[in-house]
Amino acid sequence: MLTVTDLRKSYNGNVAVAGISFAVPAGECFGLLGPNGAGKTTTLRCCLGLTHPDSGRIELAGLPVPQAAREARARVGVVPQFDNLDPDFTVTENLIVYGRYFGLSAAAVRERVPRLLEFAGLSDKGAAKIDALSGGMKRRLTIARALVNDPQVVFMDEPTTGLDPQARHLIWDRLKSLLSAGRTLILTTHFMDEAERLCHRVGIMDRGELIALDTPRALIASRIEPQVVEVYGDGVREWADDVGRRLADRMEIAGETAFCYCTDATALIDSTAQRPDLKALRRVANLEDVFIKLTGRDIRD
Amino acid sequence: MTELVRDFRPMHVVRRNYLVWRKLMLPSLTGNLADPFIYLIGLGFGLGAFMPPIEGVPYITFLAGGMLCYSVMNSASFEALYSAFSRLQLQRTWEGILHAPMTVNDIVLGEWLWAGCKSMLSGIAILLVMYILGVAKGLAPLAVLPVMLLVGLCFAGIALVMTTLAKSYDFFVFYFTLVVTPMMFLSGVFFPRNSLPAFARALGEALPLTHAVELARALALGQMPTRPVLNVLVLCVYGIGGVALACALARRRLAR
Repeated sequence: MLTVTDLRKSYNGNVAVAGISFAVPAGECFGLLGPNGAGKTTTLRCCLGLTHPDSGRIELAGLPVPQAAREARARVGVVPQFDNLDPDFTVTENLIVYGRYFGLSAAAVRERVPRLLEFAGLSDKGAAKIDALSGGMKRRLTIARALVNDPQVVFMDEPTTGLDPQARHLIWDRLKSLLSAGRTLILTTHFMDEAERLCHRVGIMDRGELIALDTPRALIASRIEPQVVEVYGDGVREWADDVGRRLADRMEIAGETAFCYCTDATALIDSTAQRPDLKALRRVANLEDVFIKLTGRDIRD
Repeated sequence: MTELVRDFRPMHVVRRNYLVWRKLMLPSLTGNLADPFIYLIGLGFGLGAFMPPIEGVPYITFLAGGMLCYSVMNSASFEALYSAFSRLQLQRTWEGILHAPMTVNDIVLGEWLWAGCKSMLSGIAILLVMYILGVAKGLAPLAVLPVMLLVGLCFAGIALVMTTLAKSYDFFVFYFTLVVTPMMFLSGVFFPRNSLPAFARALGEALPLTHAVELARALALGQMPTRPVLNVLVLCVYGIGGVALACALARRRLAR
């Protein structure tokens, strides 16, 4: 459904995307992860034909981009990172006006409105003003708006950023129903639990390069030790230097916490149990651990 | 023909703006119509009482043709500056439209046509007042209607260049203070240009508002303008040049 080959893009000599390739088959949910500035949004913009790449080939929904980007976008839905619903229109009017940009008549969209509103859980809000909607409702309406042209692929740039847990769960539920209806989803996110939960495959980007690409489960199995013990408390630094570093396969200290990665956590847990000044949390490794291992702990601004 | 209009993609943008305007029609119309009306009556009668006839007509008659262009210019400029910039920057309306199968050119052309059409309302209001006051008579002054559209599109084109360059609304204050206001005094809106010093008259020759006023003032009084071809040409060059430049600037700005 989407094929990207050796995509490159620089801005005034700063490399944003440094030659990445990936393909997303129909019906897949593909997640693009990476720290701020990794090149995710630039990649999405190139795929939609909104930014022209320096080199590389893109095929979206069977059409070459950017050459036939406009025609390709007719088969695609987009949920942008920042809401751009039309504040001067009601919920229903937003859908109808947006449908016009796809060349759909008001009558054709009006026919789809009840189903779109039901999908978004906004059936009783058709006449509501945009200002009267909560953040979660606006997001759901933006997703419904992206479906107005019955797209084969939906692009989503951080679909749940800024939402409370209830709203996020509702969005995830809606995205799963899109997948079971056979649509292809391509999303970027900062939330590893979101990627692990929704995405069939994830690509991790850093400094413009695609540094890992696989299923979340395979990445966790192949890229990181299976167990994690997080140790914190007053004596953590001294313990980490004396004991932690010896017992863990790999250890990282971030602030006041020592992250001990290992295959068998028993010795680590026993050691911390004898120290009343330490607290330990034992868990299985997850996608976030992989992400941190691959992209580092430094803050990117 | 209807199909051609329906499939002309900038029309989707015109339609969107029209639907919003229809919702806010009353306050919008009041501002659009009352303001030039008050100016025309106030200056025309107030100042006119002290004035000898100008170019053979009472001052209010002279002023009406200038006022007509001035209010069309203002209306087109406000729409293509402040309103269009809100849709570009604040509300991200343009961004949303670009995610559909629309192009930057479709959007800029749509905004241009919309601002041009909307600005005619202000001109029509002045024309109406001219009929009520008996300054305009018969059907001949209706020839000024297409000129209003031309003048609106001319200034909308120039304003869209400012909009696509602007970082914030503050930028537009410079445009009004340094461009629009001086132009108003150099273009013969309130007094004939031959009362100006030679260099100011020469400068006025290059300004679109001068040519708008020449056309509209004659036509609104049912007379033939003295150099209509030049007038139309200058307005076309500014309007089409402006919107073409705005398209290029918008493409650069939005393709980051």
